[in-house]
Amino acid sequence: MKHAFLDHHSHTESPIHHLDARAKIIVFFTFILIGVSSPPTSFLLFSLLAITLIGIALFARLPLGHLLKKVLVILPFLFVVTVSIPFMKKDAIGGGYNLGLGGLSISQSGLWILWNVVIKSCLGVFSIILLSSTTSFPQLIKGMERLGSPKIFTMLTSFMYRYSFILIDEMYRMKRARDARCFGGRWFWQTKVIGHMIGTLFLRSFHRGERVYLAMLSRGYNGTMPETSASRFGSAEILFLSLSPLLFFLRIYLV
Amino acid sequence: MTPHKVIEIDHLSYHYPDGTPALRDIDLEVYQHESIAILGPNGAGKSTLLYHLNGTLMGEGKVTVLGIPVEKENLREIRRRVGLVFQSPEDQLFCPTVFDDVAFGPLNMGLDEEKVRRRVEKALEMMGLRGFEERSAHHLSEGEKKRVALATVLSMDSEILALDEPTDNLDPAGSRMLIERIQSIPQTKVIVTHHLPVAVDLCERAILLYGGRKIQDLPMRELLKDRALLERFGFDADYAQWMYERNVKLQTSKPK
Repeated sequence: MKHAFLDHHSHTESPIHHLDARAKIIVFFTFILIGVSSPPTSFLLFSLLAITLIGIALFARLPLGHLLKKVLVILPFLFVVTVSIPFMKKDAIGGGYNLGLGGLSISQSGLWILWNVVIKSCLGVFSIILLSSTTSFPQLIKGMERLGSPKIFTMLTSFMYRYSFILIDEMYRMKRARDARCFGGRWFWQTKVIGHMIGTLFLRSFHRGERVYLAMLSRGYNGTMPETSASRFGSAEILFLSLSPLLFFLRIYLV
Repeated sequence: MTPHKVIEIDHLSYHYPDGTPALRDIDLEVYQHESIAILGPNGAGKSTLLYHLNGTLMGEGKVTVLGIPVEKENLREIRRRVGLVFQSPEDQLFCPTVFDDVAFGPLNMGLDEEKVRRRVEKALEMMGLRGFEERSAHHLSEGEKKRVALATVLSMDSEILALDEPTDNLDPAGSRMLIERIQSIPQTKVIVTHHLPVAVDLCERAILLYGGRKIQDLPMRELLKDRALLERFGFDADYAQWMYERNVKLQTSKPK
């Protein structure tokens, strides 16, 4: 079956795609850190961050429209979080709404908060999307590992990545088999069937886990995941990494 | 010179944890560079027997592989020397990329990176998978997955290969391609299958299992002629006859 992959576009050919994952993780997380830590009034810094990110996207030959569409996906969530903010009174952020028809007012500080949340989450999400569109998932995991992320965490993530697709396939096959036998009837009956399906899926995953473990043992697994330490931290990576101190410099002197 | 015995199974029995007997009193000897097929219907104990070859399962009786008894303290050594490929490549391939999966065995053996890299390259080359290193298993076709699964044990340079239903789930073309690849592997092979044509193409000797017992152990060409035995196991005797005649023809036309 076909899946929507998390790391769409990560196999495009470009200088950014060829960079070591560690450099990209550090730089994109610096973008997030700088964006989040700046006051909402630092328009110049925000525009510089946005221009740099768009520049990187163009340099990586990524379709800008597609990336922006991906950013839009977070807007509904953002909307739910922020819809109440502009209506807060300046001195009553913790509560005290006045929802009477006459008393409905939009406070300036509320608008600032809204702007703050919107610009920072957009920049942050755009950075993450750029990272995942220029780095394949396995590389990302390896990069995290080499940056010192706990081994158990990266191992779990890589297994989850590998088997989530198989689980989704299994779920769809079960759903199809269910529908082929005229699934329907009263809601109580339906919940019962869905309950059985979840149980079956759990049991199947459990047994698969056993079999995978046996396959690992058969190839000499002894409790620790082996790794190759192939690193290629060259001048390109160092050049790209220099964006990080530059951003910090801008953050300190521009705001 | 008498051929070298590589697998020796002596009165092996195995019960599932719930007490159901799966193997009963099996004796088996396999010689170096031999290729044997374990045939039988579903539930005959074929896979269970295969899992005993590298100590994935351990029953009552004695299993000796390359002169080493299959016991807890030897498992590391045994598993290095017996490459077991499971039936489902989804179970066999658990790493994010093809390279990681093929490198998993050699890395666990403690080889240095340069050697691991060479072994991965060679194993992928043998399976016709050059350039697949950075691909993820879920991007591959069923046939490619099966070949990667084989490469994961070829890279360990095991002396014995134990394959569980290698052509299961493949279309005829994929099956043919895999059979040709397996034929090119020189190691001793123990192949579990319920597919007679696969067994005929890959093996010169057949072990027939039924209900956990070894019913027969005979050369493949004799099995193809034994109509009563074939029919008892549900194989198509006419087809077997045809394969037998084809093989005889092939062998006589082969230049010496």
